[in-house]
Amino acid sequence: MLRKSTLIGLTAGLAMLAGAAMAEPLKIVYIGKNTGNPYFDSITGGFEDACKSLGCEFEFVAPATAEATSQIPFIEAQIQRGVNVIGIAPNSPDALNEVLASAREKGILVLTVNGDITGSEQYRDATILPVNFDIVGRDQVELVGSLIGYEGEIAILSATTEAPDQNKWIVGMNETLKSDPKYAKMKLVATVYGDDQPEKSTTEMEALLANFPNLKGVIAPTTVGIAAAAQVVQSRGLAETVKVTGLGLPSEMRDFIKDGTVTAFQLWSPYNEGWLAVHFAKGVLDGSIKNEVGGTFEVPNLGTITINPNNSINTQAELTTFDAKNIDEFNF
Amino acid sequence: MTETSATARDAAPPRPLWQVLLIRPEMMTLILLLVGIFAGSQLSEFFLDTDYILKSFTLSAEFAMVALVLTLVIIAGEIDLSPAANMALSACLFAWVQAAGVPLPLAVLVGLGAGLAMGALNGALVIGLQIPSIIVTIGTLILYRGLAQIIAGDKSIRVPESFVGINDVMVAGIPLPVILFCLLALVLGLLLGTTIFGRQIYLVGTNEVAARHAGVRSARIRMILFLMMGLVSAVAGLMTASRLGSVRYDLGLGGELQMVLMAMLGGTYIFGGRGTILGTFLAAWLLVIVTTGMIVANVLPAWQLCVLGLLLIVSIIATNLIYSRTQR
Amino acid sequence: MTGWRSLLLRRETGIAVMIVLFCLAVGAVKPQFLTLNSLRIILLLTPLILIGAMGQMLVIVARHVDLSIGSILGLTAMVAGMMFRYAPEVPWPLAFPLAIGLGAVLGLVNGALVTLFRLPAIIVTLGTLSLYRGMTFIISDAKQIDRQYVPSALKAMSQTSPVFGIPWIIFIAFGVALLTWWFAMHTRIGRQVFALGSNPVAAPLRGINVTRVTLTVFAISGALSGLAGIMYASRWGFVNPSNTGNGFEFQVIAAVVIGGVSINGGVGTVPGVVLGVLLLGCVSAALPLLGIPGTTQSAIYGAVILIALVIDRMVRMQGRTRGTQRAGA
Repeated sequence: MLRKSTLIGLTAGLAMLAGAAMAEPLKIVYIGKNTGNPYFDSITGGFEDACKSLGCEFEFVAPATAEATSQIPFIEAQIQRGVNVIGIAPNSPDALNEVLASAREKGILVLTVNGDITGSEQYRDATILPVNFDIVGRDQVELVGSLIGYEGEIAILSATTEAPDQNKWIVGMNETLKSDPKYAKMKLVATVYGDDQPEKSTTEMEALLANFPNLKGVIAPTTVGIAAAAQVVQSRGLAETVKVTGLGLPSEMRDFIKDGTVTAFQLWSPYNEGWLAVHFAKGVLDGSIKNEVGGTFEVPNLGTITINPNNSINTQAELTTFDAKNIDEFNF
Repeated sequence: MTETSATARDAAPPRPLWQVLLIRPEMMTLILLLVGIFAGSQLSEFFLDTDYILKSFTLSAEFAMVALVLTLVIIAGEIDLSPAANMALSACLFAWVQAAGVPLPLAVLVGLGAGLAMGALNGALVIGLQIPSIIVTIGTLILYRGLAQIIAGDKSIRVPESFVGINDVMVAGIPLPVILFCLLALVLGLLLGTTIFGRQIYLVGTNEVAARHAGVRSARIRMILFLMMGLVSAVAGLMTASRLGSVRYDLGLGGELQMVLMAMLGGTYIFGGRGTILGTFLAAWLLVIVTTGMIVANVLPAWQLCVLGLLLIVSIIATNLIYSRTQR
Repeated sequence: MTGWRSLLLRRETGIAVMIVLFCLAVGAVKPQFLTLNSLRIILLLTPLILIGAMGQMLVIVARHVDLSIGSILGLTAMVAGMMFRYAPEVPWPLAFPLAIGLGAVLGLVNGALVTLFRLPAIIVTLGTLSLYRGMTFIISDAKQIDRQYVPSALKAMSQTSPVFGIPWIIFIAFGVALLTWWFAMHTRIGRQVFALGSNPVAAPLRGINVTRVTLTVFAISGALSGLAGIMYASRWGFVNPSNTGNGFEFQVIAAVVIGGVSINGGVGTVPGVVLGVLLLGCVSAALPLLGIPGTTQSAIYGAVILIALVIDRMVRMQGRTRGTQRAGA
């Protein structure tokens, strides 16, 4: 048994050293937050296609639930399997530190994809995020402003109270509203949290409408929240008076766009995150890409990509806006 | 003497020794364990590796320790579904007071005390007010986890570096949590098998009324068991906190299924009065072998849910059959 | 005991008073809680729980418990959703018999394990909770059924109806409650459920077919969970393998216990459970209005269950010392 484990360690080490020259294909695994989450279907698609074109082996695994520790046995198992690259959408900013450290000790390249371990960055090699999260708040305020004529009361319906990404965007929204005179006539009256559950998001949305009868717009920067908010507005026939927008999946929002409940919303391409992650990982392991801040590399279809401070890599510069004109062009 | 022989003639002939030794629930667990190891090695070439299996067991050692005490509770005719929530609340309380500036040793005491208090509340409702433990602990399961959520929100609270890493402590090449689990099994096994207290636990579970008439202080025994349950849950919660380095309200979420499963798979009789620590000890390994084998073979987690559910049902059916055929 | 006193002592009166007091207290802080719109929000929160609670009530009255209802809800909703997605040519109302029938079968499996092998329902349904959820993932390949596949006519049932614009699902839920009330009070087997629960040992001596009664309550619980599955697709417009129905059992058990159904079997009324469901609905609707974070909801549910258990226990203790008996339905 001991011999076996040494053997595995050896193969992994060899694969690292030899890189692309090895006959053995690169083994890449992506660990999602949980199974049954439609958002990850699209990311996985990007991983799969890139692995097909570059000749890597790819597997997607995910625990049944998204609680903080559920990913740990899966990471341990992948270390044991001797994969070369672990991509992960972390369920916790710090509970995975130990096991990620032991993965990197074995020479595995650890990438956080579509979410970072903020505050524990030293436990991963790089992070791949869809856009620079600093601009999300600004763009979302601009979008809701354009929908309500830059005047009136707005509210935010977020995910959980501690969701790190959403909180970063909310800070951005507050700063934009305060600093830019363009938005001086818009007033943020409330920020509420639907915990990414349809039931809670719906009751929070109903409470917003009851508490703020003059509400003009709602930003829901979470896929569950925006769908729940849109459904409330749709069933109460308020689409004209209260504009719902935020970040949503085209597949979940198509009906609301078509019947006019929602005029426009934003997101990025999750597919490209997977596509970029594979190209980056392959390049780093065969030595053609240096994982250094300020470095650049080429990715087919995406052009030149820069490695930003904190080894953070973005797949696109701006958010994509979806509306009645372009919604049918997207199939995720 | 004559009386004894008369009863012996009326009763069924004594079963041969090999039957007594072989036809028992622990044997079923042992066979399943061997089958599990074989199946795991067939599913994935990466499975048979002692270090890896020990490491994987560390991830479940906390649940397994609780399952050992839960075995005593079930033998005494009660059940406790709240320990996983108890783990979360004691760990959150510990991390919270510690982050608020309470010195570490004191914070540990707060965590353990909270666990005991939760056990005491369960015990008081079950024994004092005579509400069935099944429903009481479903209620406290929701309550304890809810309180943890109020305390910690959904952010994770870091624990100090000096407290982190119980799973990295190796004793003779074996991770400390695994050793602790084995030690606890040994102590509880002796307690149950060789002491009067242990004998009384069986009596209470077999026939509570008769036990009381025989002078066994049933209420006290069951209260002690609920307190032990609270304490071991808190210890397990703190061990998890040490292993993860941080605490969140969802720590151990859904763990009650695994704990009950370990006790059931080990042949503990759900209606009380029968069961052994050895059975639960073996079952804990069995469960880890089965889940680890499936994860390392990249089997969909959905199949794990199915296999765990089926194992639970099959194991109680088998246990019931074995008991009804052998020990009438 | 005089009429008004027995009325006062009834569980239903107590819950109704609690609902009124709670609403008045919230209304004092937030007047918009006391509007027709709030009533609409509360009523829309309740149909799923109410349907599930009717089945669970019968199971608990028969001295069992069904923890698998959330997973049955998820599995039946997923099967219906997959029919919408992969067989759009099938008329969508067929999803109702499909989901209800499948739910009944899943419930029968629970009941069969409980009666044939004489296993405790709590462990059996803890096992099937896991098993049915796993099956949901497997048949769906862990893929969500998106909004676009769920028929608009089904989604419209949660929004409109010809009568006062009160959504269909509210009528369906209260219709189910009415049927359950009739079943419990006016059918032979319904009364047998209560007889079995109040004294399982004597039940066979009184000519009650224990196996049949037990299978019936579990089948009803499963079938109603199946109906709740379709209602979920209607209400939320999607079906997710992991979220749909997750934790449903706790909400339902909370409502049933608050509604005065005794976990010692034999005691419980439909009006009590309906009021229990409404009380939970009021709490859920009031929390966000008051600005109380959703993270407190779980603790409140847990506390409310325990308080209800203690009150129930106190009432029974008192009833016994006074020599009065609380009748079944």
